[in-house]
Amino acid sequence: MSEASGPVSEASGPVVLLGSHPDVGDFRHQVDRFRGDGGVAWITAGRQEWEDEDGAIRDALDGEGFNLRLYARGEEVWSRDPELADAHRAHQRRLRLLRRAYNLRLQRLMDGWARMAAMVGDARVLDPEREAALDDVRRLDEHHLRRIEEARRAFEAEVHFGERDAVREIRAQLAERLDHVRVVAMAGGHVPVLLNRLRLFDMPRLLTSRTLVAWGGGTMVLARRVVLFHDSPPWGPGHAEVGEAGLGRVPGVIPLPSASRRLRLDDADRVDRMARRFEPDDCLLMDHGARAEWDGHRWTAVEAARLGEHA
Amino acid sequence: MRWAPERASPQTPDVGGLAIEPFVRRALEGDSPTTGEIDAFLEGRTVPIVEGTRVTILFRGSADDVRLRHWVFGLPTANSLHRIRGTELWYDVLELPEGSRVEYKFEVVRTGGSEWLRDPLNPHLARDPFGANSVIQAAGYAVPDWAVEDPSVRQGTLEERRFRSRILGGTRKVTIYRPARFRPSRSYPLLLVHDGGDYLAYAGLKTVLDNLIQRLEIPGLVAALMHPHDRMEQYRGSEAHSRYLVEELVPDLEHMLPLRTAPESRVLMGASLGAVATLSTAVRYPDTFGGLLLQSGSFAFSDIGGHGRGPVFDPIADFVNDYRRAPTAVARRIFVSCGIYESLIYENRSLVPVLERTGMNVRFVESRDGHNWENWRDRLRMGLSWLLPGPLWLVYD
Repeated sequence: MSEASGPVSEASGPVVLLGSHPDVGDFRHQVDRFRGDGGVAWITAGRQEWEDEDGAIRDALDGEGFNLRLYARGEEVWSRDPELADAHRAHQRRLRLLRRAYNLRLQRLMDGWARMAAMVGDARVLDPEREAALDDVRRLDEHHLRRIEEARRAFEAEVHFGERDAVREIRAQLAERLDHVRVVAMAGGHVPVLLNRLRLFDMPRLLTSRTLVAWGGGTMVLARRVVLFHDSPPWGPGHAEVGEAGLGRVPGVIPLPSASRRLRLDDADRVDRMARRFEPDDCLLMDHGARAEWDGHRWTAVEAARLGEHA
Repeated sequence: MRWAPERASPQTPDVGGLAIEPFVRRALEGDSPTTGEIDAFLEGRTVPIVEGTRVTILFRGSADDVRLRHWVFGLPTANSLHRIRGTELWYDVLELPEGSRVEYKFEVVRTGGSEWLRDPLNPHLARDPFGANSVIQAAGYAVPDWAVEDPSVRQGTLEERRFRSRILGGTRKVTIYRPARFRPSRSYPLLLVHDGGDYLAYAGLKTVLDNLIQRLEIPGLVAALMHPHDRMEQYRGSEAHSRYLVEELVPDLEHMLPLRTAPESRVLMGASLGAVATLSTAVRYPDTFGGLLLQSGSFAFSDIGGHGRGPVFDPIADFVNDYRRAPTAVARRIFVSCGIYESLIYENRSLVPVLERTGMNVRFVESRDGHNWENWRDRLRMGLSWLLPGPLWLVYD
């Protein structure tokens, strides 16, 4: 597992990645390990309009702590600052267009790579071609990630979040609320929405020194690359996509929540291609019961199978 | 080597290698199976018996004749089953390609008349507005899991409403489907369904929507399930119906419910005549609906001479002929499905290139099935998830 890649701050706090739908006891245990005498808060913005359906988290923590309500706060911002809301929608449209262009190219490259992998013939001739095909895919992934980042930086330069009253006020409220919080739990849901809210409210900075306990889509946003995946969609070949740049809080991994449900893990060729494509990162199968722990400097526990090495 | 029985008639099927073969052979040799042997044969066995692409249908009972009545266009119907000599067991063998699904009944002829019966030995039934039929599920066919009610899936709700119509006069019943965890603060795509009551009753539409939404294959949506007042009038391309739908019903729904108003968030659908109502409405109101789902549309037309489907289809043929002469783009995406065992496969295959010529994005799916509600049910996942893709790639719990 690489520990060098990704923009991880020296001062960043520990991160515990949990498998999908963690058991109440395990979740509580992880929070208690790190909270000391500090408080706990949670983020369920990925659930969008159902953000407040957080009874399971609340119950697990015996009613202690609070929901940061980033989704509702985001709606408040859009409502108070329609110009920003319009700019946000335009940015989303640009991202969707980028994604369509990426997928057109990706499908061609992935199909070519898969067909080449299945070709029979002299390995001395074919292997370099296969490697070149893989390189093409990796280059496209990195290109797409760069384009997403460029679009985001251009958007942020255009709107100046920090200079907008609604955003500034809520950021200040959140900083105050987080003052005594030691642990922040983060559930999954709609990953781009979750990322968007985290960035809107400058949460990467506010969360830097705090311990994060995340599961589902919450684990995905903490990696350098957010990889979207489903091997059996109703339409299309189901090629995994680099969907977003993540927060880069955990290096060297790509968490794959509910992997056993979403991936055809019995298709060895497909699995092998996915694992190789995202090297040097390890694709972690974050099924129920899995756990991986980053202490801010290194991985201290990884109880999650890696794609390609699973039984 | 397969054993072929001595031919009792030119139609006697080849039973070589099939489970029924020993009975047929013994009977021809004068050693008819006993009632107890037939009981034992049927015990625990799924009937019709599917063995590869050959399907043995069986009827047990006294009769002068037993005929197979099915609705597979292109195959002779009313063929008589063969009686195993000395028994009350009747049989026939059909060759059905993999993935086929065939609805049928038996016409049992007894002294003085005949009656149509569902197959008493076959547990698979398909209901429709006329009752129910027995179903042959050939090799490779299975009821899709997303069409089966699952108690762990969150349930949407149904509410019956009446909407006033100046155009049609009086009120019209519409059943509103709201997805599970409906939130008024969220805005939803709208699916408008012709023959909504039949889709609910015979194609399991509510179960399908609940399942596909929970699987994230389609977004949470509101569906307006229309109930035709006079189907033969409204659904044959009626201008008044189109006006009612677009100028009255859609605005009323948008006033009443938190709906997205962009065309790409509106899908109109229907089967058979409902597909005609769908396409004709979209032609009259282009770009009102981003997506159309046309299932086994009754798109009668004629290149020359008559359309051959009787006067009931005259207004439809007028509409389709006009559209074929000057096709226009009316929606961004159109999903067309049809069973290859229905006579309408010709009309639907003919429509697809016409739609494509306009530059619209068209998907066409054929199935080995007939003109029935379960065929239309089985295509809903492909159609709906293409017209209204859900957040499957974006949501990770």
